[in-house]
Amino acid sequence: MTDVFTTLQWSDLIFLLEGAWKTIQISVVSILLGTLLGMVFGWLMSLNNKLITFAVMAVLDVFRSVPLLIQLILFDSFVAIAGFPLPAFWSGTIVLIIYTASLVAVVVHSGIDAVPPGLRAAARCLGMSYWQEMRHVTTPVGLRTAFPSWLGVALATIKDSALVSAIGYVELLRASQILNTRTQESVKIMLLVGLIYFIISYPLSRLGARYEQRQKS
Amino acid sequence: MIVLENLHKSFGPLEVLKGINLTVDKGEVVSLIGASGSGKSTLLYCINALETIDGGKVTVDGVDVHAKGTDINKLRQKLGTVFQQWNSFPHLTALENVALAPRVVSKFSRKDAQEIAAKQLTHVGLGDKLNHYPSQLSGGQQQRLAIARALAMEPTYMLFDEATSALDPELVGEVLDIMRMLASEGMTMIVVTHEMSFARDVSDRVAFFKKGVLAEIGAPEDVMNNPQDPDLQRFLSTIG
Repeated sequence: MTDVFTTLQWSDLIFLLEGAWKTIQISVVSILLGTLLGMVFGWLMSLNNKLITFAVMAVLDVFRSVPLLIQLILFDSFVAIAGFPLPAFWSGTIVLIIYTASLVAVVVHSGIDAVPPGLRAAARCLGMSYWQEMRHVTTPVGLRTAFPSWLGVALATIKDSALVSAIGYVELLRASQILNTRTQESVKIMLLVGLIYFIISYPLSRLGARYEQRQKS
Repeated sequence: MIVLENLHKSFGPLEVLKGINLTVDKGEVVSLIGASGSGKSTLLYCINALETIDGGKVTVDGVDVHAKGTDINKLRQKLGTVFQQWNSFPHLTALENVALAPRVVSKFSRKDAQEIAAKQLTHVGLGDKLNHYPSQLSGGQQQRLAIARALAMEPTYMLFDEATSALDPELVGEVLDIMRMLASEGMTMIVVTHEMSFARDVSDRVAFFKKGVLAEIGAPEDVMNNPQDPDLQRFLSTIG
């Protein structure tokens, strides 16, 4: 037996941290680009054009309703079959970006919707153009409503990035599974991995708490 | 000068303005009275193009408001609008509320815009509230803030849409006082109101609307003391 399994070593921690770094990379890119894309979608829905809203919703509903794991495997297989195989990082990140965007779009849309129409009319009556009003009134006011929900989406994206392991990308979770298999010390490893995920997410949670504090004062 | 010619406006099958003709000269104060739903507020929104029109013409200083190619953002700088809801920008202090449009629209520097804002806020009696957020102000103070915000763009005309209707009764006076002050300073004003004493004391002319028609218009003493239209007689007796 002792020949098959080997005990945990310090180098394994480095291996885990490398995985964690990849989790951070994939999360940051997905949250950043997913948020930008989601803002565009959310804004499009706020135009109250039935056709545009229908088209955007139809696309987003697919991404919101189909489990992320299935999306990842399907997308990764499709690009490979189509003859454009992508590195696991990119096919994973692209799917995660769109998935995040589909969630952010709803958050942004409801944020814009929460701005009282009278407020927007008042701004326009002062001579502001649509974009001036959007920038100086709707965005800051809507952001207050949208920010806590956006934070929830961002935190979920960090955790969901673990699913990219299913297409062979060795991020934090996959790294821990590899170590599990080799050492059979799953409790120790899972505790450690949980801790690392917590450390990655903690700054965002703090940001949210600080924001709430500021809103109250 | 604001000129409405044969103005028509419908919401779906409901025609709310049925051919309104009205000219408001510079320096004049015109009050629009009438039951709710008679088209008074819609008329204001047709002047500042918050609503489109279905027929006729609205011109402000000779510019056709609803013509294609009219720079509506520029035109609106001439038309200060105060709504029933005061619509203060909640994320900005009183000073920033008023300074925003001068800075963003008129391109004043931040410092100059804040000077303008401080001047206007002092003018409406809020000189000691410059750094308060709207949530720290009463309804009456917020409505005065809204007036200062409109004045900061140095409009030629002021449109008031039931500016005191949403206020607690004890706060109505302070807003009416500011409106009286503006009138005495020679501001051209179109005022949709249910405050009959204001209409009587301050207006040069009072216009009575019923069901989308301008039924009676004239000097306040004629319209309000000697009404010809039977509906106006009834309206005045009910509203007191």
